[in-house]
Amino acid sequence: MSAPSGITRATLLKDLRLEWRSKDAINSMLFFSLLVVVVFSFSFDPSAEESRQIAGGLIWVAFLFATVVALNQTWARELRNQVLDAYRVSPALPNSLFVAKAVGNFIFVSVLEALMTPLFIAFYRLRSLGPPWQLLVVAVLGTWALVVNGTFFAAMSIRTRSREIMLPLLLFPISIPAILAMVQSTTSILNGEGAPFWIVLLVTYDLVFTTSCLLLFETVLNAE
Amino acid sequence: MATRSPPWNTEIDFGALELQSKRLTETAPVITVTNLIKQFGRFAALRGVTAEFTGGKLYAILGDNGAGKTTLLRTLAGLNHPSGGQITILGASKFHDICHQVGYMAHPSLLYDEMSGTENLAYFAQLYGITGQQRAAEVIRAVGLDPALQRPVGQYSQGMRQRMSLARALLNDPKILLLDEPFSNVDLHSAADMVRLLAGLRDQGKTIFVVTHQASLLDGAADEFVWMEFGKIVARTRDLKRLESAQ
Repeated sequence: MSAPSGITRATLLKDLRLEWRSKDAINSMLFFSLLVVVVFSFSFDPSAEESRQIAGGLIWVAFLFATVVALNQTWARELRNQVLDAYRVSPALPNSLFVAKAVGNFIFVSVLEALMTPLFIAFYRLRSLGPPWQLLVVAVLGTWALVVNGTFFAAMSIRTRSREIMLPLLLFPISIPAILAMVQSTTSILNGEGAPFWIVLLVTYDLVFTTSCLLLFETVLNAE
Repeated sequence: MATRSPPWNTEIDFGALELQSKRLTETAPVITVTNLIKQFGRFAALRGVTAEFTGGKLYAILGDNGAGKTTLLRTLAGLNHPSGGQITILGASKFHDICHQVGYMAHPSLLYDEMSGTENLAYFAQLYGITGQQRAAEVIRAVGLDPALQRPVGQYSQGMRQRMSLARALLNDPKILLLDEPFSNVDLHSAADMVRLLAGLRDQGKTIFVVTHQASLLDGAADEFVWMEFGKIVARTRDLKRLESAQ
């Protein structure tokens, strides 16, 4: 049997290849985020100071909803032609699949963030008063918090009839501590204040939920 | 369509069938199913299936829609958890212990439409620890397709998709093959080719289960026809004509 890391790598490459060919997730995510940036920019027309106050919330709301789009696509691919059953009958470990899916989603959302950040800066005349590398840390930790839970709950809801509705219903309430930490730390860093408490909270959240998801994923995958 | 009466209401000689079954199961069974029950909510899809299947044989699982054929196959493949009873495959009671020795082909293709056949099989091969594309190319050729075909599976004809799906089930060179409707939407010529391939695999010592509504395709190739009705195995025979005449 292949090492779990080999299966994770193969599954991740397969997912990246499928997304490259179909562009299902990235197109929808980009369209949604662009819409948020443009609409709010014209509605508020904020000053640089006001932008720093609202940007944290605005950025993460856009990324949160865009992430849900990517998460729904992740498992939809596995349901078409019941391909997931081919994985389930193989000796491959369930967690190899979970890690590949979570990392794949992390890459998709990170690409979106990289594309959208210059637009946010341009439309909202954003200039961080705090060190930008701290924003990068928050982005990495916050994105992982969203995708690790999102991948897990998306897998949980694939067998439900209205899975597109079910996913946000499951994901958003449990993500509240992470969203709060992401928004508060982003706003604090943009305003030149430190955010050590919120970053520690994000690290803790990531560790707790990554571990829980890895422990429970096999049950979710084999549920009928 | 005329309604079929179940075989137990007809002139099948069950005593003779049992004797025949005994002869068929003289060697050690590779699969033993004891009082297998599978319920979906209040609906019982399998109602106490008990059977033994010996190795190196091709079994055709027959029955009307809703008889429990696919449920039995999915339960053997570890995809459905039994609500009751026991399954022993190659001496193991946990499917995960022997999953690398089982090949499963479902009614849907279990393939990614956006990738070519070779890409699909190369990926699934890695799940079994098989690296490189050589094995994928071998099984694609074995089912009569061209490994060099670059078209995505989504653009294949239904028959090609079925054959590629069979190739996927053969990737890990399994001892036991569980095939659900492998001949559906396949033209007669291709279906005959598939039957020849399956008979060849059986001759190599593999145990093959084929769920099908096209039993006549397996006449002469199958070692035993297993008739299911209302979630139970009600008849096992080598002679398809006896089953057909009973309906």
